Amino acid sequence: MGLTEAILLTIFTAATPLLIASLGELVSERSGVLNLGVEGMMIMGAISGFAFAQITGSPYLGAVSAILVGSLFSMLFAFLTITLVANQVATGLALTILGLGVSGLWGESYIGVAGIKMEPIVIPVLSQLPVVGKLLFSQDLIFYSSIALLVGVTWFLFRSRTGLVLRAVGDSHHSAHALGISVIKTRYLAVAFGGGCAGLAGAHLSLVYTPQWVENMSAGRGWIALALVVFASWRPLRILAGAYLFGAITIAQLHIQAIDLRDIEFLPSALFSLAELIKAMPSQALSALPYLATIIVLVIISGNRRLTLMNTPASLGKGFVPDR
Amino acid sequence: MNMGKIVTIIIALAVAIGGAIWWQMNQVDPEDAKLAGAEACFIYVGPVGDFGWSYQHDQGRLAVEKELGVKTAYLESVPEGADAERAIERMARSGCKIIFTTSFGYMDATNKIAAKFPDVKFEHATGYKRDHANVSTYSSKFYEGRYIQGVIAARISKTGVAGYIASFPIPEVVRGINAFILGAQSEDPDFKLKVVWVNTWFDPGKESDAAKTLIDQGVDVITQHTDSTAAMQVAAERGVHAFGQASDMIEFGKETQLTAIIDDWAPYYVERTKAVMDGSWGQIDVWHGMDHGNVVMAPYTNMPDDVAALAKATEAKITSGEFTPFTGPVIKQDGSEWLKWNEVSDIGTLLGMNFYVEGVDDKLPN
Repeated sequence: MGLTEAILLTIFTAATPLLIASLGELVSERSGVLNLGVEGMMIMGAISGFAFAQITGSPYLGAVSAILVGSLFSMLFAFLTITLVANQVATGLALTILGLGVSGLWGESYIGVAGIKMEPIVIPVLSQLPVVGKLLFSQDLIFYSSIALLVGVTWFLFRSRTGLVLRAVGDSHHSAHALGISVIKTRYLAVAFGGGCAGLAGAHLSLVYTPQWVENMSAGRGWIALALVVFASWRPLRILAGAYLFGAITIAQLHIQAIDLRDIEFLPSALFSLAELIKAMPSQALSALPYLATIIVLVIISGNRRLTLMNTPASLGKGFVPDR
Repeated sequence: MNMGKIVTIIIALAVAIGGAIWWQMNQVDPEDAKLAGAEACFIYVGPVGDFGWSYQHDQGRLAVEKELGVKTAYLESVPEGADAERAIERMARSGCKIIFTTSFGYMDATNKIAAKFPDVKFEHATGYKRDHANVSTYSSKFYEGRYIQGVIAARISKTGVAGYIASFPIPEVVRGINAFILGAQSEDPDFKLKVVWVNTWFDPGKESDAAKTLIDQGVDVITQHTDSTAAMQVAAERGVHAFGQASDMIEFGKETQLTAIIDDWAPYYVERTKAVMDGSWGQIDVWHGMDHGNVVMAPYTNMPDDVAALAKATEAKITSGEFTPFTGPVIKQDGSEWLKWNEVSDIGTLLGMNFYVEGVDDKLPN
């Protein structure tokens, strides 16, 4: 395996949980529900994935349980914000804090236990292709799911009738209600989907990324996923771009730190001086680089204000009380 | 909206608000409840379940409870900075007699609160500021263990390059990097060390990314100054060797871990808490190492017998005081001479170490 391939593989692993959690949150936000509890649902997914993999011996059952637990956990949020019309921001924050606490309690006996890793599934023939074979066709099931989710969510939101209904609910719940659409039911389902995705992203952390349980192991990835949705202006393909860009720069800055530029042959001189410039930056600034670059790029690609406004769910974060 | 629905919503809201108030009254503040009646208090930068730095401090706390029967309390995952100040003040107010603040970044907060509570004793780990008579500082000479790691790495590595996952550019971490390369150079003068700064104490994902990065760049021995077991797992997966950090991490790399530096805080915590209880507490600045059992090496595993024997011999020499890792001749990274032949570094330079020695393939961040 060459260096480039190895680097790309690491990037893919780093980007997968962000992509999955962001897609889930996207669906939830498109229906008008801002769920700030992604971090909490993710960590619940991580612990339940780990715990059930330990109990059953199968990382796949672990991942399934993570989806279920993430969904169930999000139902708490849904009940408070959709049925009781509580403030979504406050409830979402509470969900995160609760998730971090409960997962810590649940996972106490799993600290220091070696995890079960979800092994890659090598797809015959396709995996023999140069470069892409290793990257796209020799991955774990959660990676394949993330791609399927991307395709599925894009199709669902923009090509299916139900997706149109969901977007209508997110844009104007009163109009949708007047048309006889069940706003409450749509939002419950959207939040449940978001929770399931966040749970699966968590399972990726504890079963693929770092197969172990440690408290607080999501380490802020839920927040990054949330930010990606906004900066991608609620478009699935931009979320893909954002997640992979974020992963790429995270890994690139680590490599730049460790690499001896003299070791690289045939490096174009322009690239060499750029790399030298980046290498001279303090590592603290390098650590901030992924956040900065992702925000800048996504802001640029969503520079068209009209298009951005069009994509923003107009009822996002607003509680719905049926008036008749 | 019909009347029935309004009533339902009002009842639901009433139950929710009532529940919230009941919860509030019963559990005014979970932190205060935790702290009530505790005499020895601890504040950790990470979760006690990190199985690394904070975990080991908590083992020390448990030893205090067990050996002295003193009630203890702790707050975990307290960020360095303003939050720390609040947390420490709360402990001091709640009646803690001795407070251990266990991260470098708590230094200023500890001294600030110590000024307000002259009757409470403060113990700050790995720092150097003792602005008030009720503040002591303590640390362990982890670099002694790093030197032994370096010796082992130079003998085990086939590529002649080791990788170091570093957290923040503070003297404690820089000291470890320098000790490691000095140990390695004692066996192989051309040995190289690649350093990656992750700027966090605890982020398993990032730590594992850093480990993968280093391995991809040709490193075959990994050591870390971050708190989780993620790097050990990556090393195990990729079939290279690694050293455990703070705790014995052999469970995560049965065929990977060469040894681990284990922090054993229990003797110090028991001694100091006892001193507070019998009134003999006085301000001190303690920096013990292997000689006092504060730095313990995990069994030497996954290496040939002669390397293990060499490691044991080095450990014995350091423990007896016959040898200290920072002994001349040592040249700084910029080429200037630091220590002459047989000269031993003074403690001040070690405590404020802000330079690399020769052989580190990295530029030190400011």
